[in-house]
Amino acid sequence: MAKSIAVIGDSESVKGFGAVGMDMFICDDPPSSPQLLKQIAENDYYAIIYMTEEVFEASVREREKLAERPVPAIIPIPGVRGNTGIGVRRLSRFVEQAVGSDILFKN
Amino acid sequence: MDIMNVNPTRMQMTKLKKQLVTAKRGHKMLKDKRDELMRQFIELVQENKRLREKVEKELEACSGHFVNASAVMSKKSLDSSLMASKQQTGVDVGSKNIMSVDVPVFSAVSQSPEKGDIYPYGFAFTSFELDDAVSSLNELMPDLIKLAEIEKSCELMAAEIERTRRRVNSLEHVMIPRYEATIKYIAMKLEENDRSSRTRLMKVKDMLLEKAHHYSQKKD
Repeated sequence: MAKSIAVIGDSESVKGFGAVGMDMFICDDPPSSPQLLKQIAENDYYAIIYMTEEVFEASVREREKLAERPVPAIIPIPGVRGNTGIGVRRLSRFVEQAVGSDILFKN
Repeated sequence: MDIMNVNPTRMQMTKLKKQLVTAKRGHKMLKDKRDELMRQFIELVQENKRLREKVEKELEACSGHFVNASAVMSKKSLDSSLMASKQQTGVDVGSKNIMSVDVPVFSAVSQSPEKGDIYPYGFAFTSFELDDAVSSLNELMPDLIKLAEIEKSCELMAAEIERTRRRVNSLEHVMIPRYEATIKYIAMKLEENDRSSRTRLMKVKDMLLEKAHHYSQKKD
């Protein structure tokens, strides 16, 4: 079954994604992002939701509710304001959760 | 080690022994599951790391292109150029089972009117920077989707590994020792009962014999 891809983030960062056929949701105010994420994830219409790092940070609790489900996959991407390393930190947290200590990213 | 609150009977012991066998078998299987999950997880997470670094680098480059484009074009014309996209990108969602963890498999489905025609605007009033930005983002799409798939798989597997590890540990360090201790306790108790009834019987026998034959009197 074909599902769509959503991008949430500030207007500067998500602009380009609209051009390649993703649905963009502009959220210039990070604290309001959990509400937006909830609406987007609600009807199972989107398989992948990319979020820029600022809004990704702001919606921890909403994301946790969706973490156990196979879809949607919520993936952080760097926005125009640059990369803060959230993506890699998230990976290292997975490793820590699975292995007990971070054996891949510690250097 | 604490023991279970059970009656020290032979029947209870047989039952516990059966449960211990099941627990040991379960422990072995869960341990195998954990090891295999771990092996696959490590492979996946390394791939994930590699892909993420690549995607992040390229996305930053894309953002750079967009910033350049917005520098030479007015905000209004830039926004209106990007507003109506020609292609609609979606994903087909399948699922794959890795050691009882259901992970999604995404395959990109993109509908564009013409192959290669990805630009949602005419070239007359836009800068070439914008073309670069859109085309590089378009090239990045397969990697972005792959990243989503792998990262979601990692997330789900990490949670499953944690759960399995807890189960293995609880079996190994709590359940199995407790069963063993309880079985030992019942065995001891039964032996003790056995000895006490044996000595009682011996005593009774002595007393009966004494009564019938009056050994102690004959000795004198």
